[in-house]
Amino acid sequence: MYKYIIRRVLVFIPMLFALTVIVFGLMQAAPGDPFTGKLDPNVDPEVYEQQKEALGLNDPIYVQYFRWLGNMLQGDFGESIVYKGREVTDLLESRVSNTLTLGTFSLFITILFSIPIGIYSARKPYSILDYTVTTFSFFGLAIPSFFFGLVAIYFFAIQLGWFPSQGTVSSPNLQGAELFWDKIHHLILPGLTLGLGGMATYTRYMRSEVLDVLSGDYIRTARAKGMTENTVLYKHTLRNALIPIVTLLGFEIGAILGGAIITEGVYQYPGLGTLFINSISSKDYPVIMVIALMIGFFTLLGNLLADIGYSLVDPRIRYE
Amino acid sequence: MELKQQTIETEPNLPLKVENKKSKTPGQIALGRFLKNKLAVLGVIVLTIIILAVIFAPLITDQSPTKSNLLLVERGPSADHPLGNDGSGRDNLARLLYGGRISLIVGFSAMVCTLVIGVLLGSIAGYYGGIVDAIIMRIADIIMMLPFIVIALTVVSIMPKVSIGSFVAIIAITSWPNLTRIIRGTYLSLREQEFVQGAKAIGASDFRIIFKHFIPNAIGPIVVNATLMMATYIIIESAMSFIGFGIPQPTPTWGNMISEAQSIRILRNSPEAWIPPGLCIFVTVLCINFIGDGLRDALDPKSNKR
Repeated sequence: MYKYIIRRVLVFIPMLFALTVIVFGLMQAAPGDPFTGKLDPNVDPEVYEQQKEALGLNDPIYVQYFRWLGNMLQGDFGESIVYKGREVTDLLESRVSNTLTLGTFSLFITILFSIPIGIYSARKPYSILDYTVTTFSFFGLAIPSFFFGLVAIYFFAIQLGWFPSQGTVSSPNLQGAELFWDKIHHLILPGLTLGLGGMATYTRYMRSEVLDVLSGDYIRTARAKGMTENTVLYKHTLRNALIPIVTLLGFEIGAILGGAIITEGVYQYPGLGTLFINSISSKDYPVIMVIALMIGFFTLLGNLLADIGYSLVDPRIRYE
Repeated sequence: MELKQQTIETEPNLPLKVENKKSKTPGQIALGRFLKNKLAVLGVIVLTIIILAVIFAPLITDQSPTKSNLLLVERGPSADHPLGNDGSGRDNLARLLYGGRISLIVGFSAMVCTLVIGVLLGSIAGYYGGIVDAIIMRIADIIMMLPFIVIALTVVSIMPKVSIGSFVAIIAITSWPNLTRIIRGTYLSLREQEFVQGAKAIGASDFRIIFKHFIPNAIGPIVVNATLMMATYIIIESAMSFIGFGIPQPTPTWGNMISEAQSIRILRNSPEAWIPPGLCIFVTVLCINFIGDGLRDALDPKSNKR
C-alpha cells in the first residue's frame, strides 16, 4: 500500500510540471508582449529592443520558461499588467482566502444536505420522499448554476430581502461574533448556488451506496443477531457507505474551484473567480497564468488525496 | 449478444429459432424498452416541440432578433413584444426563439465534433495500444488536469475574437478526453475477444475491424455519452456567454440573453426578459438528460427492465 502511495505521489510531480508547461505555452501563444498598449509610439525602436533584451524576452523560449518557473517556485509571481506595478501576490492574497471560504462553506452545505437525505431515501426507497428527492436531484443537475443564482437573488435578496445580493460583509466595522454571522449571512446564497450540483450528485450517490451496503450479508447477520435498526444503520451501514463518499470529495475540489468562477461572477463575490474573469477581459496574462496554475494545483492535489484515501480504505485498489 | 444475433441472421431455419417466431432484433428490444420509459418519451416530445419552435421562429414572431429600437429600450411586455425589449431595444421573444437556434446548434455541433475526435482517438488508442496509446492518454490526462471552465477560459483569453465556429472548436478540443477514455476502456476488453481474433485471422483491415466490429459494440456508451454531452455543452455555452466569453453580441443565445440580468436594474425590473431563456435552458437540459437515461437503460443488454 505504501508503495502505491509513493508511486502515486511520484506521478503527481510530472503532472505538475506538465501543468506549468501547458499554462506557459498557452500564454506564449497569446498575441503581444508586456509592452503592448503601454508603449509610447514616439519611443525609439532601439530603446524598445534594449528593454526587451533587458527583460529577457529575446532569449530562447526554454530559457524564458525555466526563468519563469524558478521565479514561481520562489513565490515571485510577477507584476500585474493592469493594476500597474502591483505584485500578483498582493492581488491574490484576500481573493484566495475569500474563495477558500466560499468553497469550504459550499462543501459543508453539500455534505450537510446530501448525506442525511441520501440515507433517508435509501431507507425508504420508492417512497414519496424518495421520489421527491430524486426529482429534485434531476432538477439540480439540469438548472444552470448562474440561472439558479439569479433566481435566488431575485426572490431572496430583492423580493424578500432576507439575504444580501453581493459582497462578503455589510460593514467593515463589524467585529467578533457579529462579523462571523454577517459573513455567513453573505455566504448562504452563493454557497447554495455553488453547492447545488454537488448536492444533487452526492444525494444520489449516497442513496445508491447505502442501498448497496444494506443488501450485504453482514447486515442480514447483524439484523439476525437482533440488533436494533438504529445500530445496524449507524454502526454497520454508515461506516461502510460513507468511506467512498468522503474520499470522493477530493475529486470535488476541482469542480468547486471551476464552479466558483461562475458563481462569483453572479454574486460579484470578490474571490479568485471574479479576478480571473476580470483578468481575462483585460488580457492581464500574468494574473491569468497564476490563477490557472493555482486552480490546476488544487485540482491535482484533490485528485491525489482522493486516490490515496481510496487506497487506504479499500485495499483491493492497486496501481497497475 | 453478438453471437446470438449472428445465428439469427445466418441460420434462420434452425428448428430452435422457428419456435421463437417473435424474436426481436436488438434494435427493436432497445426501442421497446425506451418507449416504456415515460420520462424519456416525455423528454423526446418536449424537446421536439422546442426544436420545432426554434426552427419555425419566423412563423411565430415577425420581429427581428438583432434590430435595435432605441425607443423601446428595457420596455415591458406589450402586444407587439410579448416579452418586452432588452437593454438595446431588441425584441426578447424573437431573441428567445432565434437564440434557441444558436444554443442548440452550438450544443449539437460541439457534441458532434467531440464525438469525432473522441471516437477517433479512443479507437486508435484502444486498438493499437502501446506507445500510441500512451501518448494519447497522457495528453488526455494533461487536458483533464484543469477544470473544463478554467482551460476553456484560458484559451478564450488568447483568442483575438470568438465566433460560433471557434467556440465550438474550443469546447471540442478541451473536452474530448472523457469520451476517449470511455471508448478506449471498452475497446481494451473487446480486443481480446474471439470474434475480433477471428476477423484478424481472415485478414480484415484495421479500419474494417474498428468500424465494423468495435464501434457497433461500443455504440451503447457512445450514444449515451453523446446525449449527456450535448446537455452539458448547452449549459457550458450559456455559462460562458453569461460571463461574457461565449458567443458575442448581437448574436442571440439563451446565455447572453441572461447575461443582461447582470445589471441589477434589469434583474429586478424585467424578470420577463431573463427568466424565459433560463427556463428554456433548464427544460432543454432536463429533457436531454431524461433521454440519455432512457437510452442508457434501453441500450444496456444486461438491463432487465423490459
